[in-house]
Amino acid sequence: MIDFGYNINADRQIDYDRNDRRLARYILEHEPTFRICISCGTCTATCSAGNFTYLNLREMIVLIKRGEAKNIKSDIEKCMLCGKCQLACPRGVNTRNIILTINRAIERLDF
Amino acid sequence: MKDLTFDFFVVPFALALIALLGILAVKYSGWIRGFSSEDKNLMRKGIFSVKSLYALKEVFTESLLHRKMFKRNILLGYMHMSFAFGWFLLILTGNIESRIYSRVHINPPYYPIFLKYFVHDKRVLTFELTSVPGIFRFLMDLILFMLLSGLVLALIKRARSNWFGLKRTTRHTVFDRTAITALWLIFPLRLLAESFTAGQYLGGGFLTNNLGRLFANFLPVEYLSYPTWWAYSIMLGIFFITLPYSRFMHIPTEVLLIFLRNWGIKPSKGSSNISEIEVYSCPRCGVCLDACPVYAVKQNSTPPVYFLQTVRNNKIKENVTFDCLLCGKCQEYCPIGIHNNALRISQRAAFFNNSNGSFDYLPQPLIRKADVAYFAGCMSHLTPSIKKSMLSVFTKAGIDYNFLDADGSICCGRPLIMAGKEKQARLLREHNRNLIIGSSCKVLVTSCPICNKVFKEDYNLNIEVLHHTQYLLRLVEEGKLNMVKSARKVVYHDPCELGRGSGIYEEPRILISKIAELIPGANERTDSICCGGSLGNTEISSGKRHEIKNLAIESLLINQPEIIVTACPLCKKTLQNDTEIQVADISEIVVGALAKNEPATTHQKMEINPVLW
Repeated sequence: MIDFGYNINADRQIDYDRNDRRLARYILEHEPTFRICISCGTCTATCSAGNFTYLNLREMIVLIKRGEAKNIKSDIEKCMLCGKCQLACPRGVNTRNIILTINRAIERLDF
Repeated sequence: MKDLTFDFFVVPFALALIALLGILAVKYSGWIRGFSSEDKNLMRKGIFSVKSLYALKEVFTESLLHRKMFKRNILLGYMHMSFAFGWFLLILTGNIESRIYSRVHINPPYYPIFLKYFVHDKRVLTFELTSVPGIFRFLMDLILFMLLSGLVLALIKRARSNWFGLKRTTRHTVFDRTAITALWLIFPLRLLAESFTAGQYLGGGFLTNNLGRLFANFLPVEYLSYPTWWAYSIMLGIFFITLPYSRFMHIPTEVLLIFLRNWGIKPSKGSSNISEIEVYSCPRCGVCLDACPVYAVKQNSTPPVYFLQTVRNNKIKENVTFDCLLCGKCQEYCPIGIHNNALRISQRAAFFNNSNGSFDYLPQPLIRKADVAYFAGCMSHLTPSIKKSMLSVFTKAGIDYNFLDADGSICCGRPLIMAGKEKQARLLREHNRNLIIGSSCKVLVTSCPICNKVFKEDYNLNIEVLHHTQYLLRLVEEGKLNMVKSARKVVYHDPCELGRGSGIYEEPRILISKIAELIPGANERTDSICCGGSLGNTEISSGKRHEIKNLAIESLLINQPEIIVTACPLCKKTLQNDTEIQVADISEIVVGALAKNEPATTHQKMEINPVLW
């Protein structure tokens, strides 16, 4: 095939029907404030672990809601549960419980 | 009649007593067998030591006389004491009395209890206190009267619990209700049985004799006496049989617990059998209900009394386990001294069987040696004026210090412990421990009470760990800080982890008194209300946190202070958003009170203007 200097990007459509949204449903069931997160990123900006590693709660929440959380297990383990994200959150999202719920979901839903 | 020592009505009592002793023996030996070898060793060393005498003394003052309950409320103390101490005296005096009448010194256990049925000593008159049997009859009636007065109070308590210092009382199970009904009937039935017998044969003390003669005037006491003895025995039987499955299991278990504690056996990390003994020692008195701030804002099953019930029945609910601020107020109120926080944390750990964690991403720090190491903690990084005040004080006092977590915070590990993740917390501890030990400091100063508690209790550092309230007071007392006292009225909020958690109540108060006028709040020291911001509770909604915070603020503002001072960054951050008056950390007011004629430090010039002093 002749290389014209163009390529076709992989499909980046978010397919909610095909994506695995079990984790999002589980968190919503156990921590309703998951719904009111506006992805402002304050949690990530203040994160103790995020200071040293690529732990990004904002991104994690967005991806979980989409059903695209692939690296969730290895990411969530880095959290120190220090609670800064919760104290800084302008929306009153119970971030520590979201993280603990993700922990439980990983065990129970076999992620 | 004197030879009569048995009747079939003793059977319900005797069988129930044998069953009760059997159940207790199985349960207790199971718990003790399950102790770690270390705990068993402590037991062996403790049994024949002076510690057992201390335990006996505690059993007397707490299990029988209810010193702690008397302190809380005289009526409540008397009510419970009349049951516990009264029943104990009834058994003890009854046994001695029965020896006087019996020819042998070893009686079957039911004999003293039903003595008045077996022995009718007509020689002794009502108030004849000149003979030994007469004195005993008088004493036995007096003790029975004391028990009955307690029963009357217990009935009044049902309708007017606030007279007994209890705003709320507990919901009880079917077993609890059966046992308490039997208990409440035991003593009136005994009174009736003895009175009817006295009416029939004469005898009895001032109560039973008079009542018996009165009944004999209009009742066929000779027909009523025998069935009442049966009823009395059956009630005793019902009480003994339901005891191990009801709240009354606390009676024997609390005694065991007191001995074990005195021998040095404590709840360890993770669940242990002493924790299970504590669970069974809970009398479900409901004293913790009034203490619990979470219960104060919502009616649910969160407080220790209901949580312990779920643990005992093996019906632990995840949301109940995590819906607790771990503020420790219930522990202070609990007459048994149950370690509710340790129990809650150990139950939380059960929900994270496979949890892993790796903190190997943490950078190897550059360690600088200094006399004093300062650890601000995560929460102080969110309230920077606290850490800046501390750095300013260090500079002003000329201290050679090392700011351990200057470049972004590394958590101390206690929030992980509070969530039940002890295994992961250990990894963080190792990292921080290397940092602290490496700095060769003599004193570790923390600004966050959460860090302070964990460094003191779980790090095994062998150096002095001080919260900044203690350290600042030391600097002032050593004359290293020159302060000017103001006339402003200050109320102090006791942070849970600093006060109830670490027992630091006085130092902040002494320090504030040197700077301003310290006025009291409504709930001081062990009675202080959590600010609601605790990391202990992962379940609670922000709305409920807000309500708890309002309770705390209301209690603090009762004497119209000008400033609320606290000693915890988390409390400061939580309280400051909802009060019209200023909320400050103790380090900030210290900086504000430093003599102004001294040259300002770099830190002061740059960023500190926290307290308008």
